[in-house]
Amino acid sequence: MGRYFLSKLIQSLVLLFGVLFLVFMMVRVTGDPAALMLSRNASPEQLEALREEMGFNDPALVQFKHYITGAILGDFGNSLHFKTPALPLVLERLPATVQLASVGMLMAIIIGIPIGLVGGFTPGSVVDSIGRFLALIGQSVPNFWLGLMMILFLGVRLGWFPTFGRDSWNSVVMPAFVLGLPVMGQLVRLTRSAVLEIRGEDFIRTAHSKGLEPRTIYLKHVLRNVAIPLVSVIGVQFGYMLGGSIYIEAIFAWPGMGGLLAQSIGWRDFPLIQAIAVFTSLIVLLLNLLTDLAYSIIDPRIRYGR
Amino acid sequence: MSIILQVKDLVTKFYTLDGVVNAVNGVSFELNEGETLAIVGESGSGKSVTMMSLLGLIPMPPGKIESGSASFNSEEGLCDLLQLSPEEMRDIRGGQIGFVFQDPISTLNPILTIGEQISETLIRHKGLSKEQAREQTIKLLSQVGIPDPELRYKAYPFQFSGGMRQRVVIAIAIACTPKIIIADEPTTALDVTVQAQIIELFKELRDALGVAVIWITHDLGVVAGIAERVLVMYGGRPVEIAQVMDIYKDPKHPYTLGLLRALPSLEAKESKRLKSIKGTPPDLLIPFKHCPFASRCDYAFDRCWEEIPPLISVGEQHQAACFFDLEEGGPRHD
Amino acid sequence: MADKDTKSHQTIDSLLDTEKTFKDRLAYFGRFLWRDRGGVIGLTVFLIVVFAAVFAPLITNQSPFDQNLRSSKLPPAWKEEGTWEHPFGTDSLGKDVFSRVIYGTRVSLMVGLFGVLIASILGLLIGAIAGYAGGRLDAAIMGGVNLILSLPYLLFVVFIATVLGRSLLNVILIFGITDAPIFARVTRGEVLRIRESGYVESAISAGARWPTIIFDHIIPNLLGPLITLATFEMSAMIFYEAGLGFLGLSVPPNEYPTWGNMLAAGRKYMTSYPWMASFPGLAIMFTSLGMNLLGDWLRDVLDPRMRRSRK
Repeated sequence: MGRYFLSKLIQSLVLLFGVLFLVFMMVRVTGDPAALMLSRNASPEQLEALREEMGFNDPALVQFKHYITGAILGDFGNSLHFKTPALPLVLERLPATVQLASVGMLMAIIIGIPIGLVGGFTPGSVVDSIGRFLALIGQSVPNFWLGLMMILFLGVRLGWFPTFGRDSWNSVVMPAFVLGLPVMGQLVRLTRSAVLEIRGEDFIRTAHSKGLEPRTIYLKHVLRNVAIPLVSVIGVQFGYMLGGSIYIEAIFAWPGMGGLLAQSIGWRDFPLIQAIAVFTSLIVLLLNLLTDLAYSIIDPRIRYGR
Repeated sequence: MSIILQVKDLVTKFYTLDGVVNAVNGVSFELNEGETLAIVGESGSGKSVTMMSLLGLIPMPPGKIESGSASFNSEEGLCDLLQLSPEEMRDIRGGQIGFVFQDPISTLNPILTIGEQISETLIRHKGLSKEQAREQTIKLLSQVGIPDPELRYKAYPFQFSGGMRQRVVIAIAIACTPKIIIADEPTTALDVTVQAQIIELFKELRDALGVAVIWITHDLGVVAGIAERVLVMYGGRPVEIAQVMDIYKDPKHPYTLGLLRALPSLEAKESKRLKSIKGTPPDLLIPFKHCPFASRCDYAFDRCWEEIPPLISVGEQHQAACFFDLEEGGPRHD
Repeated sequence: MADKDTKSHQTIDSLLDTEKTFKDRLAYFGRFLWRDRGGVIGLTVFLIVVFAAVFAPLITNQSPFDQNLRSSKLPPAWKEEGTWEHPFGTDSLGKDVFSRVIYGTRVSLMVGLFGVLIASILGLLIGAIAGYAGGRLDAAIMGGVNLILSLPYLLFVVFIATVLGRSLLNVILIFGITDAPIFARVTRGEVLRIRESGYVESAISAGARWPTIIFDHIIPNLLGPLITLATFEMSAMIFYEAGLGFLGLSVPPNEYPTWGNMLAAGRKYMTSYPWMASFPGLAIMFTSLGMNLLGDWLRDVLDPRMRRSRK
């Protein structure tokens, strides 16, 4: 158990270093990072000033050392747009994104898993058909478009929910639903197929052969096995939701990290973009680690090192 | 000797997208108290489905029991297993009839301790408390030959070897001292040496508990060591029933003969080539109008292609379903 | 195996059986359509999209670029002020929405096809090397693959697109490269499975030569899972391309009409002129829905053994 977790931790640290390296490389791959950050009609003097300020004139290795030590200390440089340190700007936006992703995930779980369970136990039933349709829609509807449509119909025409911002208690409903819909669909599919698969396992036949009540079999033997793949998918998807709320936050003017990212793309504010990319990756890696931990708690095969 | 289970004319079909699978087509047999009956046949012969049908373990749909009866001499008196309500059937399953399945790797729940998996049967049928069930489980574990039962109580299936797992499955089967144990190819997935140990364990337990055993297998070689009588199945039908020695010495059905010829023999002086039965098992999607074995039979003649041979008496406690007399070397006269 | 062969022969026989009436055969075909209706719908949608991309000039005689401020912001034809000249209406600059949706299939399909092509070739190579070499090389390659797969994908695609700048080639390269790890992982898994299954070993011991083994045993077994994956990934790329366009990071709007760019431009007019963003959105949904149905069906047909998520 300890060793398993330790190896996961080391893996995550290596991954994080990989992310830092990737971001560093990407900004410099086009040749002149200063040109990337300023508009096309910037004067040579402006370019040179920025190069000097950002240290782009130093040897690459020196730059990398500065960058890494900075990143470890949480210093990603100043935002070009706000002229203040980038990381605090990102941290400021974190709670809104976490709220959005959490509500979205909650909706996905509360709606998706029960429908998937019913579908798995009664394949071909009405609920199953609804669930499979929902899963297909969740997979296929572009979320940026669905967001626009919801604003148009539920927000503007019917006036049920605020169309932008985070000021009212029900502001979160529409963006969270749009963010959660693909995960909802995935949970329906996964729960359904996991129930179907586990129900067909030999050990369920054994449980029946012991004369156990169906309720005991479902709760103790089926559901606990179904929970294993669900936990890992929920963990991974939560990470994706945190990093994938760009469109939704932009459309609903949600004051989170995704919205900030969309804005900083427009400003070509690379220190800020870097900070968001690295910080989000860190959170996602932490989440994956937590997921692994939760996974090993329910699955003894992992707890005891297989 | 009294009869504990009597099955008559069992017919089970599966209604699949490809058509109707005629899995079991009229199986009748009886089982005496404390007796071991082997049911032998290749895969698809209907031997497992027969047993599953009796205990309501086939998935319905697509499965359906079309007709038949199975009177079981239960603790509550004589009853027809096929007419029981699901609740009554659950009381019998695991309580009065125990099961041992083929693959011990997949028959145990991977995320529950083996202790839990044995004691839940006891709690269900004997109404024991958790603590009582635990004690009883530890006794059962040592009875099936698992060392350190108290430590092993908390172990998970993946921490056991195949043979050990099968011992756990056997412990589940005998937990409530059943009247019958149905063992569906219990040794097929195991190494040869482990096979012998499990068979030995079965014999011990059978003699100690006086339980009747139905031993399903495709391997006639194992049968001699454990069974008293043998039922040979083909295409979802019984083709021969006899005392175990008669099956080996005096088989009356060409299919049984074929199975015997496919066995390696220690007595053979020179290395004789093993003979396999030519052809493939019958397609159960098509209902038979003739002997299902005819297309693979060396002795088949015109009558075999015209009607289905009924099971007839061919000796003392010996029945076979064949129009050909292997001893006379010609069609049977009746 | 023999059992299966006879069964399929029976199916074919029952189709060719001259005694069967035309009605019987029609009923049989009808049953096939109904049983695999998801796949039939998916394939139909895919073919419609391909048809639209190839024969765009024949479907509409309107140019997707012609601006006409006098006929701008026209509603769809079924609205009062709409005309059948512009079935889906016009955008803020008077460009025909219908022809832009039709021509938009070209960029979507190009990104999907070439992106998948690059990703699958790269992934096949990397995965095959990892699976074949095993040991440390395998561990190193798969470590890198898992690194990329555990990152917040969208974030990095957006990041890279911002750095590289807007062009069709860049979009295709971004998707082709960032998606290769998924193909590598699947390929490696299949290569390992094929190696372990033993039939390659038996083919070697039977004296088969390497080309025979690769073409007769390995490729046919790889093809099913990869085609299924390619379908899903193509759908995802079309989806993500539109997303990049929506953020203003995909193909420049003056080069080709794309669904994502239309959405981005129409967003401002959402409340008063909703058709400008609705139709490209519906087009994305239609395509994505079809490709997902097709992928589900291909998975069932090409990979009948249920893939177990655990073990």
